[in-house]
Amino acid sequence: MATPEMRADGEQSVPALLHRNAKIFANAPAYREKEYGIWQSWTWAETEAEVEALALGLLNLGVNEGDFIAIIGRNRPYLYWAMIAAEMVGAIPVPLYQDANAEEMAYVLDHCGARFVIVGDQEQVDKVIEVQDQLHQFEHMIYLDPRGLRKYDHTTLHQYSHVQEQGRAAHDEYIKELRAREAKLNYDSTGVMLYTSGTTGKPKGVVLSNRNIIETAKSSSEFDNLRQTDDILAYLPMAWVGDFIFSVGQAMWTGFCTNCPESADTMAVDLREIGPTYYFAPPRVFETQLTNVMIRMEDASRFKKWLFDYFMEHARKVGPAILDGKNVSQWDRFKYNLGELFVYGPLKNTLGFSRVRVGYTAGEAIGPEIFDFYRSLGINLKQLYGQTEATVFITAQPDGEVRSDTVGVTCPGVELKIAENGEVFYRSPGVFVEYYKNPESTKDTKDAEGWVATGDAGFIEEDTGHLRIIDRAKDVGQMADGSLFAPKYVENKLKFFPNILEAVVFGNARDECAAFINIDLTAVGNWAERNNIGYASYQELARHPQVMDTIQSHVEDVNASVAEDEMLSGCQIHRFVVLHKELDADDGELTRTRKVRRRIIEEKYHDIITALYDGSKTISTETEVTYEDGRKGSIKATLEIRDAKVVPVVTKKLAAE
Amino acid sequence: MKDTADSYVTEDGRTIGGVVMEMKNITLRFGGVEAIKDISFDIREGEIRAIIGPNGAGKSSMLNVISGFYIPQEGEVWYKGSRRPAMKPFQVAQQGIARTFQNIALFEGMSVLDNVMTGRLTHMKTGLFQQSLWKGKAEAEEIENREVAEKIIDFLEIQAIRKTPVARLPYGLKKRVELARALAAEPSILLLDEPMAGMNVEEKEDMSRFILDVNDEFGTTIALIEHDMGVVMDLSDRVVVMDYGKKIGDGTPDEVRNNQDVIDAYLGVAHD
Repeated sequence: MATPEMRADGEQSVPALLHRNAKIFANAPAYREKEYGIWQSWTWAETEAEVEALALGLLNLGVNEGDFIAIIGRNRPYLYWAMIAAEMVGAIPVPLYQDANAEEMAYVLDHCGARFVIVGDQEQVDKVIEVQDQLHQFEHMIYLDPRGLRKYDHTTLHQYSHVQEQGRAAHDEYIKELRAREAKLNYDSTGVMLYTSGTTGKPKGVVLSNRNIIETAKSSSEFDNLRQTDDILAYLPMAWVGDFIFSVGQAMWTGFCTNCPESADTMAVDLREIGPTYYFAPPRVFETQLTNVMIRMEDASRFKKWLFDYFMEHARKVGPAILDGKNVSQWDRFKYNLGELFVYGPLKNTLGFSRVRVGYTAGEAIGPEIFDFYRSLGINLKQLYGQTEATVFITAQPDGEVRSDTVGVTCPGVELKIAENGEVFYRSPGVFVEYYKNPESTKDTKDAEGWVATGDAGFIEEDTGHLRIIDRAKDVGQMADGSLFAPKYVENKLKFFPNILEAVVFGNARDECAAFINIDLTAVGNWAERNNIGYASYQELARHPQVMDTIQSHVEDVNASVAEDEMLSGCQIHRFVVLHKELDADDGELTRTRKVRRRIIEEKYHDIITALYDGSKTISTETEVTYEDGRKGSIKATLEIRDAKVVPVVTKKLAAE
Repeated sequence: MKDTADSYVTEDGRTIGGVVMEMKNITLRFGGVEAIKDISFDIREGEIRAIIGPNGAGKSSMLNVISGFYIPQEGEVWYKGSRRPAMKPFQVAQQGIARTFQNIALFEGMSVLDNVMTGRLTHMKTGLFQQSLWKGKAEAEEIENREVAEKIIDFLEIQAIRKTPVARLPYGLKKRVELARALAAEPSILLLDEPMAGMNVEEKEDMSRFILDVNDEFGTTIALIEHDMGVVMDLSDRVVVMDYGKKIGDGTPDEVRNNQDVIDAYLGVAHD
């Protein structure tokens, strides 16, 4: 596993890269943030000064080497600087999900024993204060936005800008100490600790070294030819490894500019104004965008609608081929260019994708229609497969070899192997150091030779070398008759329908499959509006007979498509129910990255599952819900259970291994 | 109730200054109808002062007297230590008194930003000629004022609707935009006419938070009319209670809550 020192002369820490960038790209923009209606920007030289002031301020507050500094808030340059400053003083930055509730926050803060917490605003300050009695090591909190905080007790509370001011004032006193601490940083020192969202159990702290961060950033930047002049929009949670690698790792390595939106609500406008050249989004974002485009086209004038349909059809035919540089006839090319002028160009501009050179999606499977839609417009959207423990990159799709059903070939420096039971293992310079304070889990996940279990089941296509992921290894099971059960495979097919937001399929060790479905309130709501169907709430719309009919037809379509797959034809859905509430991370039903937590859902809705299998027509149920502020309430509902048509299959039982 | 002119500090650490506005024996008539009968009260610097009362009690009329829209037949308005002569509303606005309206009075066709910018009007010095040339001083002035407007947009968290025409906004947001426009004038006294009317609980909570934040952050003196007793009692430092044009109570929320006349006015009283 011993990776040789790849660049003995090179920069071996994130702060060292910052100093390098401040020297070689001094006047190029490093960070931008929209505030007060205009884009404020900082050059690399200015960034270095800001980070250093904060680092000195942290020394002044008494940060020791090896301390943990938690960082909580939305994406803002100041918080990225806080991460770099933390590393500069020899501490370990721990970014947390800003929408986590106080309990979740308390667990993580206590687990890493953070002495310092740097937060965005009053909301986060309040959360930390609420749980501070449970935190034994917590000492100081630094906040960014002073709004509403003037009357708070400031003995352990500090304003970010004041900490920086004190740092600047104490420059002469601490600069030697700071330089000494920086000099100690190397490839093996910890660069960051990120908590995995945890589909099962408590979050685990993944320790990533500078080697992990810099090697990964370097090889992935080279893989996609990222340049100093690129722009990204940083809008995904800072606690997520992807954002860390894109907005810190790769940004530091290549020196490109990280742009932060004004607020979560202004994302669409900010995206359009910045026009990023390198863009990342989970499938959900692309789905929502496509749904919005389609909804707006429904409302457009007849001529515009015709123009859109005509050229989109053409784009679907030749767009991906043109993007991959394949042979396309002159006439088709001409027509595509015409389409670019009238439809694709303006549409890309509206979506903020005019300048995208490299776009990635990952985290979940993306619907082939959605994927093809963006690629046919000429947007180089690709898939990658990765996880926190790998510092993101395991496989990615190279230009020209992009397909919606694979996740690409191994990234430079990564080795793959598939275990007997189908589980995917990998080994790379990005492999994490350890789970913090959890040697057992570390040992379970990473063996002595450095192979890491992904927990996903998949296989490598023989002729192309592309990896295909089927499902989470532990979710893959067997039906009562021994055929393969892969819930996610079916769920994804369901979720590709714009009307379906979320689906959970059951069937492990049972005779047949059944499903929970959440409708997409935007898509279905728009349909209801256009058809003059009144509704007051999600619950009311979800049980409308016409909505149920639509969902039933979707389920039946999925059954037909599942039946075509020999291995998985047993996973057809026999009965389904449209849930009376949206699955929510606040209720623990989804992770913060919006992945389904099966065990919890199974426990919570056991009465509905029972009804799905005992043949009842309806089920009355009561469910506890948690509001955003942590209060609890409950929803009562009577749900209709429907039978869906299944396609009969000749049982070609796969020899049970 | 504290009658002294000295400033004091509230429980939550805000400093309330001396009297900034005083209404002395105000009487307002519309023909034969006496909307306000001989009312006196004062407003202190930095406080949140509520005027409450049942429908038709004369609350809005009172606010209109403060804002200069109505000129009372009798009585005096004292502002910052001197008696205020009869004035046009725009002159009152120039003195640093801004307001919002019960039934929203925004420019529906204009964007949120433009609406907020109109609040800066009293701070603009350049004339029509310079403005139309749009060079030098006029440009600099616009940039300066836009900065103030943007700070307020940020403060009230309406960045996402900056460029949206007001007509397309839901009611709750319109109310917030109206507050933004009033704040843009950087008033020393802010008058709010039923800022929470027609809102649901969540919107009311948001609005209350904004009102408290405005008072806390900018130190703005706020006089508000409100129906919702719960909200008033939580927000205000002192409350004036009106009924049929007369003042029936004045004091801290607790004093008012226990005042028999107020209880009678709100809950009704048996007539013999």
